[in-house]
Amino acid sequence: MAIEVRVPTILRSYTGGAKTVEGAGETLSALIDDLDTKHNGLKGRLITTEGGLHRFVNIYVNDEDVRFLGALDAKLSDGDSITILPAVAGGALGFAAAAALLGR
Amino acid sequence: MSRATRGSLNSHGNVNSVLTIDSAIVDAIVAHARRDHPDEACGVIAGPIGSDLPTRLIPMDNAARSMTFYEFDSMEQLRVWREMDDNDEEPVVIYHSHTATEAYPSRTDISFAGEPGAHYVLVSTRESDSEEIRSFRIVDGVVTEEEINIVDATVDA
Repeated sequence: MAIEVRVPTILRSYTGGAKTVEGAGETLSALIDDLDTKHNGLKGRLITTEGGLHRFVNIYVNDEDVRFLGALDAKLSDGDSITILPAVAGGALGFAAAAALLGR
Repeated sequence: MSRATRGSLNSHGNVNSVLTIDSAIVDAIVAHARRDHPDEACGVIAGPIGSDLPTRLIPMDNAARSMTFYEFDSMEQLRVWREMDDNDEEPVVIYHSHTATEAYPSRTDISFAGEPGAHYVLVSTRESDSEEIRSFRIVDGVVTEEEINIVDATVDA
């Protein structure tokens, strides 16, 4: 079962620079385990030590965010296309904002 | 209205990094940041792959709608990233505003910075009559400030 996975720049150090890799698995969790056997260390960038999806990445199955598909339990089928993107987020520190709020 | 941009503070003699950006795009970023103030505003400026030139401004929704946090909506991000792929573009600039603090990457900004090739532009709107605009590279948790070279396309072209 071949599933195409698109890898963002920041994770290509694990794939020898490849933008796209192939893997197999009936769930996202199984696919990530399979990818990690070929691209050692990739799993640690996608899954936290507690076993959940990392907040620093977004993973999509075809056109849907996996968080809406059962996250790591999302079912995959032959021919599915997986896209991994770095989550874009950030912002000022909490205490600074609190100080600003108090100042208004 | 006055603008403060800061030159490179890098004292290690690294390759002189600079962000060259059209003044019209800078104006549009500032307008977006002002519009969303006091919430943080965020967006992307796409440019042709390898050009290092930001040409297409894409204001993004701040899904967090917060004064202290910004987050791209994951579905909007997928659509925009695909569009860039189709146009042979990449995210040259990722920008956001700080609305009560200086235009310098916070610890949160550094932890999330996931585009090692992008210029991270921060705008501070804490002063109502002036903006502070600064640009950084954030790679592997290391922040390097760079110069911003604002060009006027009507003169430059």
